[in-house]
This record gives sequence, structure tokens and C-alpha cells, in this order.
Amino acid sequence: MKRQSLLHPGLNLGSTDEYSHDEAEPVIFGFWVFLMADLVLFAILFATYASMSVQGQAGGPSPTDVFDLPSAFIETMLLLSSSITFGMASLALKYKADRLHLVFWLVLTFCLGAGFVGMEVRDFWIMTQQGAVPQRSGFLSAFYMLVATHGIHVTAGLCWMIVMLVQLLVLGRTTEVKLRLMRLALFWHMLDIVWVCIFTFVYLFGVAL
Amino acid sequence: MTVESSFSLLGTLTPQDISFVQTFENPVMSEFIDGAAGSVLVLGMITVAALLTYYRGWKTLWFDWLTSVDHKKVGIMYIVVAFVMLARAIIEGVLMRYQQSIAVNDPGVLTPDHFGQLFSTHGSIMIFFMAMPFITGMINYVMPQQLGARDVSFPLLNAISLWLTAAGAALVMISLVVGKFSTGGWTAYPPYTGIEFSPGEGVDYWIWSISLTSIGSTLTGVNFATTIYKNRAPGMTLFRMPLFCWTSLCTSVLMIFAMAPLTIATLMLALDRYAGFHFFTNDLGGNMMNYANLFWLFGHPEVYILILPAFGVFSEVISTFSGKTIYGYKSLVVATMSIAVLSFTVWLHHFFTMGQGANVNAIFGIATMLIGVPTGVKVYDWLLTMVRGRIRLTTAMLFSIMFLVTFVIGGLTGVILANPPVDFAVHNSLFLVAHFHNMVIPGVLFGMIAGYQFWFPKAFGFRLAEGWGKASFWCWSIGFYLTFMPLYALGLMGAMRRTVEWFRPEYLGWLQVAFVGALLLFSGFIFLCVQLVVSVRQRDQRRVPAGDPWDGRSLEWSNSAPPPEYNFAVIPEVSGQDAFTRLKEQGKAYASPTAYEDIVVPKNSIVAPVIGVGAIALGFALVWHIWWLVALGFVTIWGAVIARSFVTETERVIPASEVRADHEAWLQQVRECATTPREQEDTSANVGRAEVLA
Repeated sequence: MKRQSLLHPGLNLGSTDEYSHDEAEPVIFGFWVFLMADLVLFAILFATYASMSVQGQAGGPSPTDVFDLPSAFIETMLLLSSSITFGMASLALKYKADRLHLVFWLVLTFCLGAGFVGMEVRDFWIMTQQGAVPQRSGFLSAFYMLVATHGIHVTAGLCWMIVMLVQLLVLGRTTEVKLRLMRLALFWHMLDIVWVCIFTFVYLFGVAL
Repeated sequence: MTVESSFSLLGTLTPQDISFVQTFENPVMSEFIDGAAGSVLVLGMITVAALLTYYRGWKTLWFDWLTSVDHKKVGIMYIVVAFVMLARAIIEGVLMRYQQSIAVNDPGVLTPDHFGQLFSTHGSIMIFFMAMPFITGMINYVMPQQLGARDVSFPLLNAISLWLTAAGAALVMISLVVGKFSTGGWTAYPPYTGIEFSPGEGVDYWIWSISLTSIGSTLTGVNFATTIYKNRAPGMTLFRMPLFCWTSLCTSVLMIFAMAPLTIATLMLALDRYAGFHFFTNDLGGNMMNYANLFWLFGHPEVYILILPAFGVFSEVISTFSGKTIYGYKSLVVATMSIAVLSFTVWLHHFFTMGQGANVNAIFGIATMLIGVPTGVKVYDWLLTMVRGRIRLTTAMLFSIMFLVTFVIGGLTGVILANPPVDFAVHNSLFLVAHFHNMVIPGVLFGMIAGYQFWFPKAFGFRLAEGWGKASFWCWSIGFYLTFMPLYALGLMGAMRRTVEWFRPEYLGWLQVAFVGALLLFSGFIFLCVQLVVSVRQRDQRRVPAGDPWDGRSLEWSNSAPPPEYNFAVIPEVSGQDAFTRLKEQGKAYASPTAYEDIVVPKNSIVAPVIGVGAIALGFALVWHIWWLVALGFVTIWGAVIARSFVTETERVIPASEVRADHEAWLQQVRECATTPREQEDTSANVGRAEVLA
């Protein structure tokens, strides 16, 4: 009963696995705190981008010249869908006793995430071909720093997902594995939110203003 | 630095970069000093290795210390790092004072480049590798015990943070022998630190050592905050926590929010230098003032990261040695919280001269003065704690009292500096240098020394020699005033900071006094070392096995000295503030618990040292552009993390019977101990069982 009052979002094994649920308390809380520190990092990058995107163009390309909005939109859809599929994975973690559902949703999430990273690398490649390299101006330095930091986070999430798939196969659905998947889920959803901000402030504002 | 050399086996590293080779090729005084410093480092390491071999200490070092994840041992190792780095940075300070005191119309003994390295390493070490490890170590050791917890929430992460900090410190030390350190000061402002004006390896040493330690500190903040929120003993509500825990909490919150701007600023500077980005360059849209903003967005909260734990120590020390409960507990909590919040609203006062306009300056000036209010509340609370107390002037208490006096003076000069027009006049002068030393030496260093004197018997089981401690205290105090009061005067006379040679003869007298003061400060440090050696030799007469030598008030005094690995045989139940004093007054201290349980403790792990070594390799390789080693270091760090995640046996169980046997034996010993009246605190009669007067 005591634990009921201490529920954090992302901590939802209660009805099916009370032991892991209790174990999760400090771990999930600590991970929320870590995510907060990570978000501060993104906040700083956004602030830097805001201060350099207009004033740091140095006669080089402007956002309208180099941003590919349709491509960024497809990336957004890929990442948002991957959050849904991860949500399904979390439900499978809670309610399904077998590994198959869980692995299926995780693999699907992985594919969507990998698609996102692939599209982003393609965008960067095309921009580089147009001469929009980070060495060209302060605006482009800040752009690459912000978007690539997010991309590196997603890539790290993908690596983490591979490790978790291996652990599911090797260790099975142990408490540790469950807790790690719950933290990966939080991490993945946070990256989604950060991307929504990037899409809005960098891409939409950049092309519209 | 050509492209070909960047891909060679040793990157840009050449034999000429070794400091001894430089001394040999260019035998002038400045190079001799540099070579001597490098030799001391190398000889010191050889000596330590020889002693370890002679006393067969390698196994103990590895199994009991380096691989340990016990918060107490991690804390002690942090403080060892802090002491080693303090020794170097204080010698650098003395050397700079010496240079300035003879360099009036004279070049002195140091070249401008060497002098630049000295003030850069002195500042960087004192903040990042002395003060930070010291407070982190102190919190690590004390906070979980005060909360009635068995460890921090994430013991392995704690060890990893330690190793990242140690790796950063190691890089700074390596720069003494291999290559040069930055000459850009501890703040490393671009564009001077950009590749155009500082092409060598110096700034890179700064960047990577600081990046490593800033990541370590972020993780530490996460760990401490989680521990305080989730790991308290039953009944230990937030408002029953000792004040040191409150200040630790605020410090952790500041670490979580304030370290990221530093990490980002150093990484951006690295991208500018390594990859030709334009964050802080003069051309192509770069803006170096962004760096100043980012750095101080970290830098100002950092001041409070350092000072708040010291405030916590003073609260504990003053209350214990006045024999009274702390005055105005809630006001102290609120003041601590206010300082933590306000610390984020004042960063701009570090560069009033940037040109952002009078109104912006006025707002930040007022915000800066506002911090004086909660700090003033604290000073009054400490004073009122002493009023009508039975004050014992132990070394820790003397440092606390001297802190109160000196810190108030520093605070007043801070309020003067918070006034933008005044700041314009004395910006970057020795007045500023005097001001921040006036805050940080009493505010951080005195606090840490007081805490070290206070908790040493708890950690090692014997008391430190008070006589040498007091000698050290007088050297630190008088030395502080002699060194830094002249700097106020010099600043008002127009002397700028970081100057290697002077041309105004009227500075001479002031600078000479400051040098004498610096020698006294150095003696203060030497006396601390003597105190340690003397106390270790006399340890058998100084033992306090019962664990409560000062009539302590919080839970860390309720267990043995040194405490068992698991801290508490049975997790205590807390019924109010000053938890241990309550138990003593109710006669419930040292009572046998009704039942014992098995205790689960984390196993030692090789992961943290592996990550530490990987981080040193990574940092060193980045400095010298040794790309294969960069890859190897990176793979080592993350390989260790992933490999660890497959280890399932990470804990071991200490059976209840063993806990019972050890604890009951200790309780028996305590009951046989005579109680010590406070007057005999500093005699061998003090075996750690306090007389209860209530």
C-alpha cells in the first residue's frame, strides 16, 4: 500500500510483478533525475541555436536555403511511430508472459529508429553537398551541434536496444532486464519530445520565418 | 600541426614535449622550475610505488580501495585526490606570489608563458580537482550515514564518478611532464583559447580534463539527489534531516542543472578547435560572448555547489561544539534553498563590462545583492547557535569561527562588486582576486578542513592531534589576511590580475607582504600534513572505538569508528531532529536491537577503474591527436558498461549471525567504556563515549 503513493510515470509493473515494481522505485526516480540533466543539455543547445540561427549566418546559407521540410516531416513521423511501438513493447512487458511480443515490438521500434537516423544522415549528406557544412557559419555550427546531438542520442538508444534484445535472449525477463527496458522507454520518449521541439523551432520556424 | 602527423602512431606528440627535454635544451630558471615540478611528480609516484611494494600494499590497495564501491571508501579516495591536488595548487600559488613580489621593473624568474600556465592550473585545480573532490568526498562519507542509509542509491555509479574525476586530475598532472597546460586561465575564454591564438596542446588539456570531471559531477548529483529522496531511514523526514544533508541536497540539485552548460561549452570549444566550427570564433558568425554566458551559467552555481556543503559542515560543527541544537533550523533550510535558486539568476555579474546595457546590469546587480540576504540569515543563525552554548574551541570550531568573521568581510566586498559602476572600475583587477579568495578560502577550504577535523575520528577510528591542528589554523588565518588584504589595496591602485611583471614601484611593499602571507598559508598546509603523521603515530592513544568523540548529534555518531561496511547493523528509527542526541537523552543509545537481518551489500567491481583508465587514455589521446587510442579508450569505457550489464551476481549477503556477533561485541565494548566529560575531549580519556548531561 505504501508504494501506491510513490508512483512515478514510467513505473507501471505493479499489478503483474510487484517485486520488480518495488525494486524499480529508486532506479526509475534516479533515471528521471538523469533525464532532467540531459534535458538541460538540450535546453542549452536550443538557446545557442536561437542566438546564432539568424545572427550567425555570416552571409552563408539561411535555413530556407538548406532545410528539407518534407524529409524532416517523414523523420518526425518515423520517430513518433517508434514511440507508439515502444509503448506497445511496454504493455507487452507488463502483461505478456512470453518474450515474443516484446521482441517483436522492440525490433519494430529499432527499425523505425534506424530509419530516422538513416534519413537524418541523408539530410546531412545533401546539405554538405550544397556547401552547408558546419565550418561555413555560426548558424550551421549550432544547427549541426543541436540536431546531431539528438541524432547521437537516438543512435545510443538504438545500441541500448540491441543490448536489451541480447539480454532478453540471454538473461530472460529478469527484474534487472525489466527495469532497464523501463528506463530505455523513458529515454526513448524523451528523445521524441526533444525532436518535436527541434522540428518546431528549427525546421518549421526556420522555413516559415 | 599537419595532417600527416595527426595520423602517426603518437599523433602530434614529439620528444621535445617532455618537460625534462625542454629543461635540458633550454636551461633557464623558468624551465628548471617546470622540470623540477615534473621530477617531483615522477619521483613521488616512484616513491609511492616503492612503499606499496615494500609494505606489500598492492593487494590491499586494489581489493580494499580501488575496486571498492562502498560510499565511505569512495569518499575517502575523493578526499585523497583533493589533498594531492591541493598540495600542487598551493605551491603554484606561492610561486606566483613570489614571482609578483620580485617582478617590479624586473622580469622575475618565470616566463610569461610559464606564469600563464601557473594561474591556469592553479585556478582549474583549486576549483575542479581540489574543492569539488573535497566536497564530493565529504558528502559521500557523511550524508548516507546521517540519513541512516547503508549506501548511496547507485554505489557503482558513485565509483565511476570518482574515477572520471580522478582521470581529469590525472590529465592535469600528466601535463606537468608531457607538453604544456593552457595559459587561458581557469575560465578559458575564447577567442584567446581558440585554435588561432592558442594552437598548442595546452587548451586541449584543459578541455578534456574539465569535460571528464564535469560528467563525473553530473552523475554524482543524480546519485546524491536520489539517495536523499529515496534512501532515508524510517522516520527521517526531510525536515528532520541534519543541515549537512540539506546542503548536500541543494548542491546535488545545482550539480544536476549547472554542470550541463559547462560540458556543452567545453565541447563547443573543442569543436571550434578540432573541427573548424564557429561557435566562439571572431569570424563567420561566431560569438565569443556566448561562451562567457555558458561558462558562468555553470560558473556561478558552481560557487554555491562548493560553498553550500561547507555551510552544512559549519552548521554541524557549530551546533556540536556549542552543545546546542542548531538555532533557526527551518530558516537555515529556507536560506539554503533560496541561495540555490538565486544562484542561477546572477551569472551575468561576472561580465558586467560585456556591453549589454545598464538595465540588464542593474537587474543582475540587484539579484546579486539579494543573495546577501539568505546568507546573512545563516550567519545570524550560526551566531545565535553559539549564544549561551558551552563552546569548546576545538580546531574544527576555530576554523568555523574564523570563517564567520572572514566570510562576512568577503561578502561585503562582494556587495561592493555587485554594483555595476564600481565593477567597471575594478573589473579583472586584484580587487576581484582578493574578493573571490576571500569567499572561497574561508567558505570552502576552512569548511572542508573543519569537516576533515570533525569526521576524521569517525572515518579512521582515532582523533587528530589538536595542537598541530591549531598551529595550522593560525597559519591559515593569519596567512589569509596577510596574502589577500594587500590585494584589495593593490586592486584599488590599479593592479590587474594575471600580470607577470609590474612597472609601478609603489606596488612592491604590498606584494612582498602578500608573499609572506602565501608562505604562511603554505605552512598551514604543511602543519596539516604533520598533524596527520603525528596522529597516525600516536593512534593507539587516540582511539575512539565507541564512535562518538564529540558528543555528536546526528546518526553517523551512533555507530562504531570506523563504521562497519554496512553502516548500521539495524536501520535506525528516527523520531525527530538531532536523532542521536535524542537516543542518548532517552537512554536508548547503544541498546541491543531485538532482531537482526541479513544485509545485502554490493560486491567490489573492476568496472570503475577500467572506465577511469579508459577515460585517461581517451583524454590523453584527444589532446595529442592519437586517433587509434581515442577509439580504444572509447570502446574500453562503453565495453565495460555493456559487459557489466550482463553480470548478474553483483551483490553479496552478510548473514544476520555475523552482523549480530560483530554488533553485540561492539556494544559490549561501548558499555565497558567510561564516559568522557567534555573537558577531557582532547585527552586519551576520550574513547568515544560521550557523557550525557540531560
